[in-house]
Amino acid sequence: MAFTAFSSSTAAVEPVARRKSPIALFLLLPGIFYLILFFVTPLISLIITSLQAPDPLLFGQYVNAFNWQNYVTVIETYGEQAVRSAGYAALATLFALLIGFPLAYFIGITLRPYPLLQSLALVLVIAPFFISFLLRTLAWKQIFSTEGPISGILSSIGILGPGEAITGTAFSVIFGLTYNFIPFMTLPIYATLVSLDLRLLEAGNDLYGSPATTFRTVTLPLSAAGVMSGTLLTFIPAAGDYINASREFLGSADTTMIGNVIETNFLVLQNFPAAAALSLLLMAFILVLVALYVKRSGTEELL
Amino acid sequence: MAFIFLLIPIAYTIAFSFNDSRRTNIIWSGFTFENWFTVCEAQTVCQAFGNSVLIGVVATLLATTLGTMIALALVRYRFRFRNATTLLIFLPMTTPEVVLGAGLAAQFLQAGVPKGIGTIILAHTLFCLSFVVVTVRARVASLDPALEEAGRDLYGNPTQVFWRITFPMLLPGIVAAALLSFALSFDDFIITNFNRGADVTFPSYVYTAAARGIPAEANVIASAVFFLAIALVLIAQLTAAARRRQLAKAG
Repeated sequence: MAFTAFSSSTAAVEPVARRKSPIALFLLLPGIFYLILFFVTPLISLIITSLQAPDPLLFGQYVNAFNWQNYVTVIETYGEQAVRSAGYAALATLFALLIGFPLAYFIGITLRPYPLLQSLALVLVIAPFFISFLLRTLAWKQIFSTEGPISGILSSIGILGPGEAITGTAFSVIFGLTYNFIPFMTLPIYATLVSLDLRLLEAGNDLYGSPATTFRTVTLPLSAAGVMSGTLLTFIPAAGDYINASREFLGSADTTMIGNVIETNFLVLQNFPAAAALSLLLMAFILVLVALYVKRSGTEELL
Repeated sequence: MAFIFLLIPIAYTIAFSFNDSRRTNIIWSGFTFENWFTVCEAQTVCQAFGNSVLIGVVATLLATTLGTMIALALVRYRFRFRNATTLLIFLPMTTPEVVLGAGLAAQFLQAGVPKGIGTIILAHTLFCLSFVVVTVRARVASLDPALEEAGRDLYGNPTQVFWRITFPMLLPGIVAAALLSFALSFDDFIITNFNRGADVTFPSYVYTAAARGIPAEANVIASAVFFLAIALVLIAQLTAAARRRQLAKAG
């Protein structure tokens, strides 16, 4: 079940669905119309824009064309940032999993005998959602800044040379991404673990499985769905994020990710074709990952 | 450990809303309540906050209405393009925000629609819609259709059955979806930034201010929102716990 965090663990008792009805059409049409108007056509707009060529007469204007060259150009120009985005996002996803899994396990299994503590712990995990994403990230920036508490300690023990800062490095960007997306990793895993039958763990124990064996052969396979959706939920926004990596936040010119490039090209340079081509390449890359996921878990459980 | 890690920036943001800072709000320079009383003196902060609330409310209403209708149709009816519909709802969730933002901006550009609060609302409704469908769908799927049949057997017309039986049972799911939508909309920066034109929302205000140090007023507003949200969630959790205990006693 993809995105288990949002669909919770309700075992769907699909009622016997009725046959075609005008009511179904009435219920669906407005929403579907909305999605076509504001999701499908924008994608088509992006495709059209990505193929535009510079207007030969008006500088800064673009005309519709079949200018495939745009794709070649952006790959050549921004390949480095694209690879970096994938790398940063993958590392952030890995770290989020390393922190999020034990956290989800603690809340979903260790705290199960104490429902009140469990709810409280869950509130703590989603608490970051209730404070502005930008301010949270800025808080880390200030904590890491040269005036902040950590730099002082690090430079006094010699890890950080004089004048060196933690902000603006790959470390701080990956750190920020990890921090910001931990809840997205934790919640889906929690959702699978919270409904896991504890008797299975006891059985593993009774069959002389060591805790490690039980974990590897029972717990992990049973939470695989949560890990998969958590990974997607973390990787997708992390790969496209441009807050953490931007210069005003945790990044620098050396940490530019693909999101920053798209933003700059679209909003600052107004090079719409380049921004569109990059957006579509990013989306294609994500879609391949999603397709692999769907292939593994089946389309029926998409939502 | 992980909990502390998650809470550090929150504590930091709240603490700095009490910072006695005149211009920048980077270095701690003493405790004061003043920022809390003078929040709206820097008018742009409160204007941005107001815009965010307005956008959040309208987008939530739109997304919740459209999304609930789709969720009902998906669970209750079999129709020809059911799988295609599911895919159409799933895809916006798997599309990076930059792509959604840039796509909509390209669309508005080509259609000659001026960007502003209106386009932000349209954009937010789009990305909230899928989350509403997913949340409400889970609730619809767990409903017992026999209850509605009973309503029909008692000569309730479809409208009565919907408003007296289906809707009240769906309400917890709809409320959850609406809260999620509002939170997503209120905190969104990326999609907003592509489609906002000259209008400022709270996150875009913070982003612009970040270059020269955040004014403490921004911390005040963020902290107030945080306390309100936490209070709401705690109340919801506690009422749910109390109800469970009552049910356990009764059963």
